[in-house]
Amino acid sequence: MNEITSTRNNYTIDPTLSVWGWEIPVYLFLGGMVAGMMLISGYFLFKGRQTEKNCSCFYLPYMSVILLSIGMFALFLDLEHKLYVWRLYTTFQITSAMSWGSWILVLVYPILLVNILIKPPKFLEEKFPQVINWKKYLLEKPILLKNIGIITMFFGAGIGLYTGVLLSSLGARPLWSSAILWLLFLVSGLSGAAAFVHVIAKDVYERELLAKADNAFLIIELFVIALFIIGLKTATEVQAQAADLLLTGEFAPSFWVFVISIGIIIPLIIQLLAVNHKVKHTALAPLMVIVGGLILRFIIVSAGQYSHWFNSNFH
Amino acid sequence: MNSLSRRRFLKITGATFGAAVAVTSLSEVVKGAEKVEIESGKKVKGIQKIPTYCDLCFWKCGAIAYLKDGELWKIEGNPKDPLSNGRLCPRGTGGIGVYSDSDRLKAPLIRKGERGKEEFVQVTWDEALDYIAEKMKKNKSEFGPESMVLFSHGIGGNFLQHLFNAYGSPNITAPSFTQCRGPREVGFELTFGDVVGSPERTDIQNAKCLVLIGSHLGENMHNTQVQEFAEAVEKGATIITVDPRFSVAASKSKYYLPIKPGTDLALILAWMNVIVSEKLYDKEFVENYGFGFDQFAYEISQYTPEWAYIETSIEPDIIRETAYEMARYKPATLIHPGRHTTWYGDDTQRSRAIALLNALMGNWGKKGGFYIPYNYSIPKYPYPAYPKPLREAADNPNRKYPFAEGEKSSSGMRDATLTENPYSIKGWFIYATNLLQALPNMQETIDAIQKLDLMVVVDVVPSEIAGYADVVLPESVYLERYDDLNTSSFKEGFVGLRQPVIDSPNDQKPNWWIAKQLANKLSLGKYFPWKNVEEYLDTRLKSAGLSLAELKEKGIIKAPQQHIYYGENDVPEFYTQSGKVEFYSIPLKDAGFDPVPKYTKPEEPPAGYFRLLFGRAPVHTFSKTLSNRFLSDLMSENELWLNSDIAKRLGINNGEYVKLKNQDGVISNKIKVKATERIRTDCVYMVHGFGQKAKMYRQTFNKGASDAQLVTKYKVDPLMGGTGMNVNFVTIVLEA
Amino acid sequence: MARYGMVIDTKKCVGCQDCVIACQAENNVPQGFCRDWITTESTGKFPSISLEIRTERCNHCTDAPCVSCCPTGASHYHDIGGVVLVNHDECIGCKACIASCPYDARYVHPEGYVDKCTFCIHRVEKGLNPACVSVCPTHCMYFGDFDDPGSQVNELLQSRKYHSLIPEAGTKPNIFYLI
Repeated sequence: MNEITSTRNNYTIDPTLSVWGWEIPVYLFLGGMVAGMMLISGYFLFKGRQTEKNCSCFYLPYMSVILLSIGMFALFLDLEHKLYVWRLYTTFQITSAMSWGSWILVLVYPILLVNILIKPPKFLEEKFPQVINWKKYLLEKPILLKNIGIITMFFGAGIGLYTGVLLSSLGARPLWSSAILWLLFLVSGLSGAAAFVHVIAKDVYERELLAKADNAFLIIELFVIALFIIGLKTATEVQAQAADLLLTGEFAPSFWVFVISIGIIIPLIIQLLAVNHKVKHTALAPLMVIVGGLILRFIIVSAGQYSHWFNSNFH
Repeated sequence: MNSLSRRRFLKITGATFGAAVAVTSLSEVVKGAEKVEIESGKKVKGIQKIPTYCDLCFWKCGAIAYLKDGELWKIEGNPKDPLSNGRLCPRGTGGIGVYSDSDRLKAPLIRKGERGKEEFVQVTWDEALDYIAEKMKKNKSEFGPESMVLFSHGIGGNFLQHLFNAYGSPNITAPSFTQCRGPREVGFELTFGDVVGSPERTDIQNAKCLVLIGSHLGENMHNTQVQEFAEAVEKGATIITVDPRFSVAASKSKYYLPIKPGTDLALILAWMNVIVSEKLYDKEFVENYGFGFDQFAYEISQYTPEWAYIETSIEPDIIRETAYEMARYKPATLIHPGRHTTWYGDDTQRSRAIALLNALMGNWGKKGGFYIPYNYSIPKYPYPAYPKPLREAADNPNRKYPFAEGEKSSSGMRDATLTENPYSIKGWFIYATNLLQALPNMQETIDAIQKLDLMVVVDVVPSEIAGYADVVLPESVYLERYDDLNTSSFKEGFVGLRQPVIDSPNDQKPNWWIAKQLANKLSLGKYFPWKNVEEYLDTRLKSAGLSLAELKEKGIIKAPQQHIYYGENDVPEFYTQSGKVEFYSIPLKDAGFDPVPKYTKPEEPPAGYFRLLFGRAPVHTFSKTLSNRFLSDLMSENELWLNSDIAKRLGINNGEYVKLKNQDGVISNKIKVKATERIRTDCVYMVHGFGQKAKMYRQTFNKGASDAQLVTKYKVDPLMGGTGMNVNFVTIVLEA
Repeated sequence: MARYGMVIDTKKCVGCQDCVIACQAENNVPQGFCRDWITTESTGKFPSISLEIRTERCNHCTDAPCVSCCPTGASHYHDIGGVVLVNHDECIGCKACIASCPYDARYVHPEGYVDKCTFCIHRVEKGLNPACVSVCPTHCMYFGDFDDPGSQVNELLQSRKYHSLIPEAGTKPNIFYLI
């Protein structure tokens, strides 16, 4: 039997790491949602659905800008040395996922802006009449729009990947050192965004389409979660212990109830019934998916900090 | 689930160290080795290094304090100092925390409420000293000067001891004798005619075989000993550790003997049995210098390893093997005499057995054994002669404990106070010792205090005992004052100076000033003829051909080198009755005690009870360092070491809080359980000094549990009055 | 080039924490934090126990994940000895480095930047040992240059058995423990 004691007792480090609070999971969740939204609206652009009257691609970029800004503000709140935040943009660190992320975020804004120009808001048109000319220019160039759709999808995927890579690049945390964490976050972002569009879509066709897509994403997400867990369980001992945190340990109740049941299984059943017209479409199932996605981030971020190479018995 | 936010609200509110020491102004007194121009009221720019010696424990290591821009920065060991060799222990390094301790006493206090209620009014020094002087004068005229007792621990008390001698009281004591190393000193004196002393005359550094019986070097951070211990480990010495607990020292040992507590004497006797019966001892030494060896050999023949196995639970083979190991390396085999030796009431005889085992190794005055210490002989200050006390000291009426020699018994003073035998004690003057934690049976101490009409406590923090005082006097900490010269005997003789490094932040005063002022008020001014302590120190140093100015520069000056081992032609002298090493002691026989140590079985804990053992931690000294922010950061409470199998059986998790109840129904504070394989199943262990109940001592209040509180029972050593304290049994009370 | 590191003799270390306090005083570490600490690891069943006592701190890894994950370059390898340092004025307090460190050696200083052991580079540059090494009463710590084949630290590694901490994390730590 091993007895390990440590005299270290550093605030937010011991007995278990707790440097990242609500800000990071909120950011990761919103980033994932935005990623999913950009993929969906980019796809619609690519498909030329901007010719439809109520295409989601008209208002998803607005939502994206708002949600992304909230997310970035949360990220800012998390910084301990806030006055130095500008240091992010005086350098580019090629090995740092966070450096990549901060620059990607800077590029995403102009892309979303271009998306917005396809159907700019009234007040913008009134204030800056030249906006109307730009809109006309864009709408006359379907090939350009197709390409904007592709770029939007590309950067959307980039954000989605990044939210996962940010954690999995921190190899010191067994739970996060999984090669498919990016996929999990991307799929979860997609399912969340699909659920979101499902709720807000004005077009019946789109609503039906997104419900179906969401079902697909949820099924994929279940598989990815299974792969994620199996990957950890079959890796090193510390990673297996990290997986146990979710399966049977401290984080198990919230994982099984909120992430698996409320976040995936139950809404999946409801939506399967809905698309087969056994029940009516309601906002309930998609809201459950969104809440599940948020809690997934919370659990992954907390449990990841909880997981460690040493199972130390701190004094 | 939420481990994220759990600790968020615990924002650090305490000021950083820089802010805490902001109230610094350097007066002219603060001059160090590096002279700097000082404008009054302004902080000195740059780095100042000022030598002094440490006061975090009684080892008195030479140190150098660093000031950065006039603020205390750090303390390092003085490389010239033979005790520290330039490296302090964690307490010494954390010494700067003493200065910034937010619990420090700031001004003199006079009690206004009931004793122990900690209700005081702040007064001026004049008022406080007048109050004391008036009562001391009254006591002297009505009951005689011997009605006042001084309890004084550490070199800082020297000036108060001088005051008490001048006052005419023979009752000057420290708990370090009958509550700590007394049995060892008496046991060695009965055997070799000389004491072990402090620092111990143990040549650990050069020992090829070192035996530690209950000594937990490494957890006990007496600096030089630990440095030498590490050196011995590095050199590959055979370490044999005897302890019911797998101590740090045990982990460095070739042999770990997990002895049943209370049976150490049986093991020592069996070792001697093997060494004597197989003629493995130093024959030349025994022949030349031994007295009564044949009677000793005959006595010892009954204590075979097989007999000892039943008592100690140590396998006979291991007893033999370790005995051979000791004999193999003699005379460089050292059986460490320990320091805190008041365990079971037969401690002097156990210490004598340890002395005898050492004698069999012939290691007296030998490299790797007991060296011959020497000191820098600095004459005392030429004071007028003290008045001769009219009565004997009160601690040992009718020489009840015939071998209580040299030092006075603190528990004896308490007994005299309680019983008024041999005479009434009216006042206690307590310098820097928390008697409530130091003496066994707290209630007896409190009862004795209630009988007093004057109790004065001089200390730097409001320790528990201060809460019972009539007058509390706030002393400057060691970094702010001069003290007497340190001329401890050691491997190298030296004189060390303690000098102020920084000004006192509030109205604290150095003890020399307190003693001198009080002397004036007691009309004893002629005993303090010097103007200030610098004059006193300079006079003493000049009489040895040194000067204060020189010592202020260097901090340490070494005496001319002397030999610390006997050479081929040296004949050692033993100041015993026979002039030899007494294997058989006629003085003991004449006084009705065993001339050769005999073993008696210890009492067993009742079912469900464990023997309570206690010891030291490397970052604390007694109960007086607990509010030092560096040291309390590393250890703010103690833990209860409990065997993990027992913990499992009792359903107690590691880290869970429990309380302890002793055989007399006394219940402790809550204490965190350390469920561990590193201790036997029949005892529990905790570090001494915690669980204090003084509300004024805010940072320590109710942190951890107090072993002293649970030591309601003690077994008195009939030879010298030592209070054996490891005779208490506790059971575990689960916290509701 | 130099590669600074430490060799720590666990046989001699008694776990007294002098190194911890010396570091706190030398570097004015804020109260409640420590840049180094003591870990004890005991194995076995009473009374056959073995106990390893270690003084631990930032391992100043050669492949330091805290440096590679830092988005601003605040975490960097010092020009001298490859010591891993944090530039306070570049640190934004994102804490990625804290999460990336398998040794949990870093913490957020109350002033906002991330802080940790510097190997007392301000002392080392003056030819002194780090504070923890210079104060240790058991002389159990050795500081030196692993790129210098004749250095005491290399000699110790050649003559004794040793291990490093969590080598499986792949960060190439530069502190080794003699056993």
